[in-house]
This record gives sequence, C-alpha cells and structure tokens, in this order.
Amino acid sequence: MKLFKIRGGIHPEDRKLLSAEEPITDLPLPPLLHIPLQQHIGAPATPAVRRGRQVAKGQLLAHNQGQLSAPVHAPTSGRIVGIGSFPAHHASGLNVRTISLQPDGEDRWSDAIEGVADPFALTPEEIAARVSAAGIVGMGGATFPSAVKLNLRQRYRLHTLVINGAECEPYLTCDDRLMREQAAAVIDGIQIMAYALGVSAVLIGIENNKPDAQRAMEQAARPYARIRVVHLPTRYPMGSEKHLVQTLIGRETPARGLTADVGVVVHNPATAFAVHEALRYGRPLVSRVMTITGGAIRRPGNVRVPLGTPLQYLIDHCGGFRVEPARLISGGPMMGQPLPSTRVPAVKGSNGLLALSADESKRGEAKPCIRCTNCVRACPCGLLPLEMAARARTGDLEGVADLGLMDCIGCGSCAYVCPSHIPLVQYFNYAKGELAARGRTRQKQIETKRLAEQRAQRMEAIQRAKREAMAQRKRAAA
Amino acid sequence: MSDRHLVAGPYAHGGASVSRTMGLVMLALIPATLFGLWQFGWPAIFLFTVTIAAAVAAEAISLRIAGKPIRPFLTDGSALLTGWLLALTLPPWAPWWIGLVGSLIAIVVAKQIFGGIGQNLFNPAMVARVALLISFPLEMTTFVTPTPLFSSVAPDFPAGLDITFGTVESQVRFDAVTSASVLGHVRSELGQGLSLPQSLPADYSALRGVIGTVPGSLGETSALLILLGGLFLLYMRVITWHIPVAMLSAIALPAGLMHLLDPGQFTDPILHLVSGATLLGAFFIATDLVTSPLSARGQLLFGAGCGLLVFAIRTWSGYPEGVAFAVMLMNACTPLIDHWVRPRIYGRDRKGVPLEPGDDAERPGRLD
Repeated sequence: MKLFKIRGGIHPEDRKLLSAEEPITDLPLPPLLHIPLQQHIGAPATPAVRRGRQVAKGQLLAHNQGQLSAPVHAPTSGRIVGIGSFPAHHASGLNVRTISLQPDGEDRWSDAIEGVADPFALTPEEIAARVSAAGIVGMGGATFPSAVKLNLRQRYRLHTLVINGAECEPYLTCDDRLMREQAAAVIDGIQIMAYALGVSAVLIGIENNKPDAQRAMEQAARPYARIRVVHLPTRYPMGSEKHLVQTLIGRETPARGLTADVGVVVHNPATAFAVHEALRYGRPLVSRVMTITGGAIRRPGNVRVPLGTPLQYLIDHCGGFRVEPARLISGGPMMGQPLPSTRVPAVKGSNGLLALSADESKRGEAKPCIRCTNCVRACPCGLLPLEMAARARTGDLEGVADLGLMDCIGCGSCAYVCPSHIPLVQYFNYAKGELAARGRTRQKQIETKRLAEQRAQRMEAIQRAKREAMAQRKRAAA
Repeated sequence: MSDRHLVAGPYAHGGASVSRTMGLVMLALIPATLFGLWQFGWPAIFLFTVTIAAAVAAEAISLRIAGKPIRPFLTDGSALLTGWLLALTLPPWAPWWIGLVGSLIAIVVAKQIFGGIGQNLFNPAMVARVALLISFPLEMTTFVTPTPLFSSVAPDFPAGLDITFGTVESQVRFDAVTSASVLGHVRSELGQGLSLPQSLPADYSALRGVIGTVPGSLGETSALLILLGGLFLLYMRVITWHIPVAMLSAIALPAGLMHLLDPGQFTDPILHLVSGATLLGAFFIATDLVTSPLSARGQLLFGAGCGLLVFAIRTWSGYPEGVAFAVMLMNACTPLIDHWVRPRIYGRDRKGVPLEPGDDAERPGRLD
C-alpha cells in the first residue's frame, strides 16, 4: 500500500528488546488496590458503593458523571476498605478521590456479568452504550472515553477505522505483545468497533520494528476483506493520531479539528481488546497490559495488571530495582510523565512503567541555542520550536501562541535532537498552562462583568418600577 | 534528582551537542586547511596558529568579563572554529597582527558584544574579514604564489618566522613571490580595459583552480578539498543542501548568462565557482547556523541572495571578491526572512488558517 510522507520525526533508539520477548504474565493479586475515580479525560466518576461492602469482580464501583466520563469497576472481588483521597497517577502527586479495595483472593466475577452472543445484532448505539458502561477509555494513554468516539458517526461522515499499533514510543511493548498473543480477540474487537462506526475500511498500522505483531494480525485478519494490516516505517512520532492518519490516507487533519474531520476514527489495539471483552463476555475494563521496563528494572516484562495496583507491587513482581532508578516514568521516555512515587496505582491509561537508570536518562546542561534548526527539521507539525522557546522564556505568551503553540503535540522530537539540551517541551508546557490559566481568568472576568451588568439592569428595573408605583400612588392620592 | 518531579520529557536524547556540531565542521575543514598550510608553508602555519590562539584567548577573556562560566563555553569549540574560519580567509603570509586583530574583532565585537554564542547577527569571521579588508587593504590583498613546504622556493622555519612576526622590511624581501589572487588579477586587468582572455593570469587553468595550486587566501584555494568537506557536512546533516545549492546556482546562472552574452567582459561561471571564497562561503560561511534563516525556504532565499550579491560585487564593484560582503548583507536580512518565511504548520495553510474539513459529498467530513 502506498504510504504518504509526513514531515520531521526522529529515530530514537527503541530499547524494546528489553521486554519485547517477554510474554504477558498475570500479576498475582496485590494485598490492596487503590482505584482512582478519575482515570479518564472528563468528569470523575461518583461512588456507587459504601465502605465495608463486599464486591464481586467487575461490579460497578462508581458511576460515570455525564457523557464525557467513565465508570469504574472492581478489578477483583473483595471488600471496600475506604473511599477517600490517595496520591494520583500523575506528576503532581496530588490526591484524588480513590476507592480502596482489599481483595478476598477468590477473584470471583459478578453474576450480573453477561456477554452478547452476537454483537452485530445490536444497533451501533447499543454497542456504544455497552462500551461506555464497561468503562472503556483510549488505552494508548489519552484515556478519552471510547464510547464518545464510537458515537462520532452521528456527527461525521466516516469511512475508515484506523488501529494505532504503531507503538512508536521507545521501550514500550505492551501493544506489541497484545497483538501477538491476542490477535484474534483484538481483531474481533476491531470488527465490532468498525460495525459500530459504520466504516467500510479498517487499516491497522504497525511499525516495521514489530514484524511478529504484523504477521499475527495479518493472519487473524485474513478472513475479513475490509481489514488491512499496514507496515509503517519505524519513525517517531508515527503513533501521533493525526500523523498516522496522514501517513495512511494522505489527508491532513485541520488544525484544532479531529481526525473525524477527514472521515477517520483512530483506536488503540488495547482498546479493541477491551471492547471484545466487554461485548463478548460482558467484562468491564478492570485490568490492562503494562510494560514494566527500563535499565533499573531487574526483570523487565509485560504484565496484565489489575487497575489500582500500587506500582511498587509491580516493581517487586519484576524483581525490584537492579540499580537505584534516576527517573520513574509513566509511559514512554518521549511523552511519558514523571511519577512522584511508587505508591501511586496503575490506571486505565498506564501503558508502561519506566525506571530509567542514571546513564539512560542523563540530560545535559542546557546551553544557549545555536539556531542549528535541528528542532525545525524534527518537528512533525511544521513549527519553529527554538523561536517558541525563546518567546516563552521572555514571558511573551501571545508570541508563543502566534507561532502555533496550540498546534504543538508535545511529542518532544525537538528536545530529543537539540544539541544545546534546551528543555523545549518544558517551555511549551509552561506556556500552554499559563495560557490556559489566563483564558480561565479572562472567562471569569467576562462572566463576572456580565453578571454585574445584569444585576445593575435588574436593580434599575426595580427602582424604575418603584418610582412608577410611587408616582401612581401620588396620582391616586391626589 | 532535584528536577525529578519538575522537568518535562523527553527523557531520552539523541546525543547531539554543540561541541560535536562544531567538531564536525572542523573535521570537514581539515583537508583544505592542511593543503593550505602545506602549500603556503611556515608563515601560513604561524598565522593560522596566532589567529586561532587569539580567538580562543579573546573568548576566554570576554567570558570572564561577562561573568559567564568559562569552561563549558570555551569547550564548545565555537571560538576555535571562528578563529579557524577567519584564518582560512586571510592572505597566508599576512603579518601576525592581522590574525590577532581579526580574531579580536570576530570574537569581541561580532560575537561577545552581541551576547555570545547564538546571539550574533553577523557571521563573526566575516565581520572580522571585512573590517580587516577596509582597515588594512595592503596586507589583506597581498597574496603569494604557492611555495609548498620543504620545496626549494619555500621559506624555511626562521625565514617563516621573519615573514609572520618580522618587520615590514623583512616582508618586502619576499616581494619576489607576491602575486595577486586570480580574481584580483582579472579585476585589475579588466579595469584597465583589457578583455577577459587577456586578463587571466598566463598560467591559469580551471584545473589548477580546482586543485588549488593558485595564489589566494590560506584555505580557500582548493575547490576540490573544500567541496569534499562540504559534502561531508551534508552527509553528517550538520547543514542542509538549501544554502549551498541556492548560493552556487545564484552565482553560476547570472555569471553563465553574462558570459554567454559577452565573453570578453564577463568571467566564466567555472572561474566564479572555483576561485575566491565561493565554495568556502557556500558550504562553511553562509551556512553558519546562527546567522542563517531557519526554514528551508528561507534558506533558499538567503543562499540565492548571497550568490547574487557575490556575483554583483565581483562584477560591478571595486572589490574583486564579495563573499564576505554578500554574506554579511544577507545576515542582516535573516531576521526579516525568518519573520516572513515560516514553515507551514500541520493542519493549516500557509497563512495559518485551519484547513477545510471534508468539503463535498465525495469527501468525508462533518455532517452539518
């Protein structure tokens, strides 16, 4: 198949061999699970259980709150020992509302759980409803509620479902392993999603550094004419959804738009697997495959992890640390987030836990920019990272925005190639955060002004009414 | 680990560094430099050493005065490279103080006063060269015919010391070997109303220009070796093809056209390309990272501007060579070019307007 070129990109050392040949293993049940109520983009879920209650595996723990939200289910059977605050799986280390569950060791599924014999007999809306009820979110790390994306057919003319098996982040191998070991289930999930979306074509993009996954998926997809496995060149950030779509169908997603604007919806293989589980067996999303790797981990591997498992438990399962890790990262080394501690739980969007040794993560001292344009050439979005960083440094946030800050996908290619080791992404994140804060402040001011004006008008109306009433009374008296 | 929680990714790096970049450029300069040092002998070696040492010393002192850390900046190799490039553009038997003054101008005036590495608007080596040329026209235009090291015509070590560090009188004794550069010769002869074939030096051939056994600046004579270094830089992706190709074509095309129209008055494009600072300029000077535009299209414009200016200066001005002037004039345009010529942002058209989503029934898009 003819592929289309994208601009920029880099070829980082992929370091996938640390874990790529390790089959997915099941994690023994940890003694305690901490299940955050917000593991997705959107509103947090609201608790549906009380402390002390016994729950079965897959039982609903918290309802979704509105459309852009996702429910949370019990990852195993056990007792609810607390509903409170616990450090989030997030760089901030702030607390979020979390349900703590003590497993009873039986891992007993709820009786209410029941699959659908023929998902293709359901309407697309019913499928989306089931996906929503199963708490499935984008499992590549974005954690956008999947049902919302499945319902895009109501607003867009869609023609293709793209499965993002690029896994272009170095180190990560969870999607690779899942596609190799569960190809049939992934394909089944893809078929169900394709039906729900009403698309005529499915393109599964897999980078060429995963030949086994390409082969396994090709084999599993053979019976289905509309599914096509596409071999992608290995190049970061191939897994950026807009760039992946452009590579596959040659159309650029408009700025600030969705890939649905060009008729494409993108899902992750792990999401497809979760859809398969939810539709065929009625199982909600209660576990996921994670890659636990990095030079500091003694036995890197791929593990199916119950959601809410403390990361320390996972690290212990993988033999603990070989050396003191210099950095602990959730996700890959390019776009992953630093983790505040190993106490935090695994969540729906956790595709990897990286413990990097000192020499893997060394970062040079930042020097002045020499305008070498490495960053300009590496940027897949056509931006001028060096100019943006220079403006962010001087606090010229409007200037950064004018240069296209909001079109930056934060892939980090620029910082990766910078000879001066300038923390470009840090500057962009700062500027994005500041601009968002300013936007909120401005919104608040506008809103306050509007309310104050309304109040003034109301007051004036009351005064006027009083005056008129007074005048009338006077007239009546006279 | 102090920044463990604070710094955003990526947590991997490709290994590029400023010193590596500078080192690659110097590596690319080695063949042409060695050739120059060999063919112009001890005086050239002395001048080269003085220029580089002065550049590094000036950098260290400036950093000290500015209160910046000396070690990390000095070891990035940028001062060394500036001195090196400047030395290559000097007449090989120029007195030592030419190198010294040049390096001081390059490092102190053109680089550190602007704020140090990455901040300068003009290419430091070219600022120095132009300043020297205007201030010391005699020393800066006294070239010698090649006297390869260890050959019978070459000055020996003490004689070399005398040429570089001696008095003006001691220089005059070597007048026997002084000669004009090819471009200088052609310019002055044409100026006297002679036609081009009569103007070329008697022993000139394009082949000698390519190999470099002609009078000229210390490191500019061998077109072949400079081209080799330039191709190495391209291969190592230190530079891209845009500036060199645009600049060379913008010299060769007008030169070719004019030469076709009037071969008697206009030098042929080959001579333009192989002589003077053309190739050094196209691959090593105009491509200076700090002072050239950021975008590929901007670089094409910049290179073309350099080339056209070189041709115009060589053809119609009082100077036989114009690379330094041309590059500096275009350096001044770089901020303007960068302002107006930017890459197209993904998902937007060239004006920055978001692309239209699906716009007809055949194409996908929003259902409105």
